[in-house]
Amino acid sequence: MATLRDIKRKIDAVKKTAQITRAMNMVAAAKLRGAQANMEKFHPYADKFREVIFRLASGVEQDGTFDLLTPRDDVRKVELVLLTADRGLCGSFNHNLITLAEKFLLEKESEGYEVTLVTAGRKGHEYFRKRKFKIRKSLTGLLNKPNYDDAYSLGRELIELFQTGEADEVYLIYSQFVSMLRQVPTLIKLLPVVPERESEESQQLEYLFEPSHEVLLNDILPNYVYVQILESFYQTAVSEHAARMTAMDNATNNCNEMVRDLTLVYNKARQASITKELMDIVGGAEALRK
Amino acid sequence: MAEKILLEIVTPERKVVSDMVDIVVAPGEMGEFGVLPNHIPFLTKIKVGELRFKVDGRERYVAVMGGYAEVLPDRVTILATAAEEATDIDVIRARAAKERAERRLKEAKDRLEFARAQAALQRAIARLKVAEKGRGA
Repeated sequence: MATLRDIKRKIDAVKKTAQITRAMNMVAAAKLRGAQANMEKFHPYADKFREVIFRLASGVEQDGTFDLLTPRDDVRKVELVLLTADRGLCGSFNHNLITLAEKFLLEKESEGYEVTLVTAGRKGHEYFRKRKFKIRKSLTGLLNKPNYDDAYSLGRELIELFQTGEADEVYLIYSQFVSMLRQVPTLIKLLPVVPERESEESQQLEYLFEPSHEVLLNDILPNYVYVQILESFYQTAVSEHAARMTAMDNATNNCNEMVRDLTLVYNKARQASITKELMDIVGGAEALRK
Repeated sequence: MAEKILLEIVTPERKVVSDMVDIVVAPGEMGEFGVLPNHIPFLTKIKVGELRFKVDGRERYVAVMGGYAEVLPDRVTILATAAEEATDIDVIRARAAKERAERRLKEAKDRLEFARAQAALQRAIARLKVAEKGRGA
């Protein structure tokens, strides 16, 4: 049976852990606020962009004029970009993303496609490196402060892969932030570009384009890819902080519960030792009296 | 003359302007263009430069760092890579950026470096120009 001192030591240790997890929870909360504010400031831009691109791309013939819009007839090489966090201690956040990625990769492989992976985030990289997947490139530190430059250089590279035929399709897995308690791993197709239909406001306005429709669309399509990537950065960053906050909150609660249980054990043990001592004294006294 | 258009300038970082205005003049790729209410739908690329608009007779200036403009009868949306209103521009920083760009332009070794320096210089010049006009108004 554990001695009193052992139990006491254990209680102190758990209390210290609780302190750390509580601190991590608060740090995550602070970072979450910042990330969320940034994400919201980006929203109007992304929304507007989607609107414009849809208007530009609707009614365009899929005749190969716009290489970024045209699906390939013969798809062999598939590229997957996987966003994960660089750090752990955020519950099942990374695991959920990795699971979706693995499912996708295995599925595509079994269908005979050649799949390569670009990992953005240390956790995804570690997982797939161990399993000997073909990793083309590994990026880290993107989610600390999502910015346009990072999204641009990643997007630039992906477009090049697509245009040189190194990849016939490019997908992206990121974590969509739904609420504090729900972050959904999501798969989207980056290339060829699929313009999203926002609403059914059949606004078939006759536009004046300057310079021309083609030039404008060809110019704006790559930018749309960057916008989508940046948006996924923001969403994933916010998701990560939310997941960590929840995970650390749970951990803190568990610690507190453990402290309560251990304190109970401690008090019982203390009481038992007191009782035992008393019995000894009483026993001793009885023996003397005789 | 009560008619106005909604001008929105958005960048990846924030919404810079969202106001009802009388007229917008933007630096289009193919030349500067002005927009009054009931303009026909129009979509174009804009370059680095100065955008100005008028609210109740007062002119305001914004430095835009390239992007796209969408014009509808009742509104103008500018999707800019970056944009700053004249009053928000840090002149000292812009001046330093200009000098830096000029130096880099001289020292540029290849075409890519040269193009980068040139773009930076253009942005710095646009900023300074807009900042100056903004103060005059």
